[in-house]
Amino acid sequence: MTGTTSREPRPPSESALILPHYLREAEERRTPVGYPGYRSTALRAPLRTPVDLPQRLTEVTGPVLGQDRVTAADADLTLRRGGEAQGQRIFVFGRVLDSDGRPVPDALVEVWQANAAGRYRHVGDNWPAPLDPHFDGLGRVITDGLGRYEFTTIKPGAYPWGNHHNAWRPAHIHFSLFGSAFTQRLVTQMYFPGDPLFEQDPIYNSIPASARHRAISTFDLDRTQDNWALAFRWDIVLRGSGQTPFETDDDGDVA
Amino acid sequence: MDRHFSRQVLDADESNDRYEGMPRRGSGFLDEPLRRGTTPSATVGPYLAIGLTWADGPDVVPEGTEGAVWLRGRVLDGNGHLVPDAMIETWQADPDGGFDHPDAPQGARRFPGFRGFGRSHTVQPPGEYGIRTLKPGRVPDGKGGLQAPHVDVSLFARGLLDRVVTRIYFGDEAAANAEDDVLQRLPDDAARRTLIARPTADGYLLDFHLQGEDETVFFAL
Ligand SMILES: [Fe+3]
Repeated sequence: MTGTTSREPRPPSESALILPHYLREAEERRTPVGYPGYRSTALRAPLRTPVDLPQRLTEVTGPVLGQDRVTAADADLTLRRGGEAQGQRIFVFGRVLDSDGRPVPDALVEVWQANAAGRYRHVGDNWPAPLDPHFDGLGRVITDGLGRYEFTTIKPGAYPWGNHHNAWRPAHIHFSLFGSAFTQRLVTQMYFPGDPLFEQDPIYNSIPASARHRAISTFDLDRTQDNWALAFRWDIVLRGSGQTPFETDDDGDVA
Repeated sequence: MDRHFSRQVLDADESNDRYEGMPRRGSGFLDEPLRRGTTPSATVGPYLAIGLTWADGPDVVPEGTEGAVWLRGRVLDGNGHLVPDAMIETWQADPDGGFDHPDAPQGARRFPGFRGFGRSHTVQPPGEYGIRTLKPGRVPDGKGGLQAPHVDVSLFARGLLDRVVTRIYFGDEAAANAEDDVLQRLPDDAARRTLIARPTADGYLLDFHLQGEDETVFFAL
């Protein structure tokens, strides 16, 4: 049997406590927990050096969150409360992979975003931009067998946030992903190509320069739909366990 | 084949060295293992409740489950103020030490009514979390011993650009805690104390201190 996905059961007897080990991205390509230009980190980001935790059973397993967490309507953010959201309609799609290049199937992807005017439907957001009665900004999907996901939504607006004088967040969509292991949990933000607000945004710039491009989607003309929507592709890569998709598995069968 | 296939190409061979001793150049794509760079993390920001609220988030087990306990506590910042916009997520073994997951050595094994996963915001009451669960069993440590019962925790909040990871241990498991290899590798009892929840009337209590004298031990995974 080939190790095509990380969800294939391992034979219980021989591989007892032979566990996958999830690789960690090099520090110079990981977002630090705290960043001086982002004011809220000052009193919140822990200051002591974290202690290395060995990856054992609790760390290499994780919740299996099924289709019962999502409905078909959750993938389309443009149709809520009986009407159509205002704004530039877009598809946001891509694959969830691990760093070995394997697709991550059955992964829960949760997204949230501001509306076209840059306003969140949240009690804490009261800057004077209009709320849209037909946009709540919440989407959920489960990746398919090839790790693919797709949302239909509207392009979020930029918004001011008071971190420094005249601070504006570049347009972004918040993403939350479960892989198949606790080690793979990821919360992040997707940006749009060529945003003129990148330069002044400490949250974008907290990502090391060599990895920033991984947070930016690409415009995909081939996936736009005539008379309907623009399209942006964003592949998301979770930590892998160092096995390539074509490697033989523990049971000795040849790929 | 050492020589080039065509005789018209002078002195060509299989190597494409520019000159002797100068290695072939490339991005490494052909020589290194197939590897893709991981997507960088970002903060959940202040509006995480829009996307990450589940009605049954705190219910690792449903209401009325026999033996259920509440894991409760507060999240505090460097000034000792409550953090009312954080979210904690928990992942743990079932009471028999099993996981409903294909990589578990016994194979995926479902403990009835048990999800293993919990999610609690710290919105109401402000700064406090609560997870209803069953106490986990002991899990092998991979070195022939057993780990003390523990719950893995991810903590997310505005102001944290990545999740921070910690563990909850149980104050009434002194013997198991004393032989737990993760606890033992911590520098001192003060560090260990930041991870050990105190028994209460309806379960266990543990505060998470993001900074300060009592800063919680956070782990690098
Ligand atoms: Fe945002």
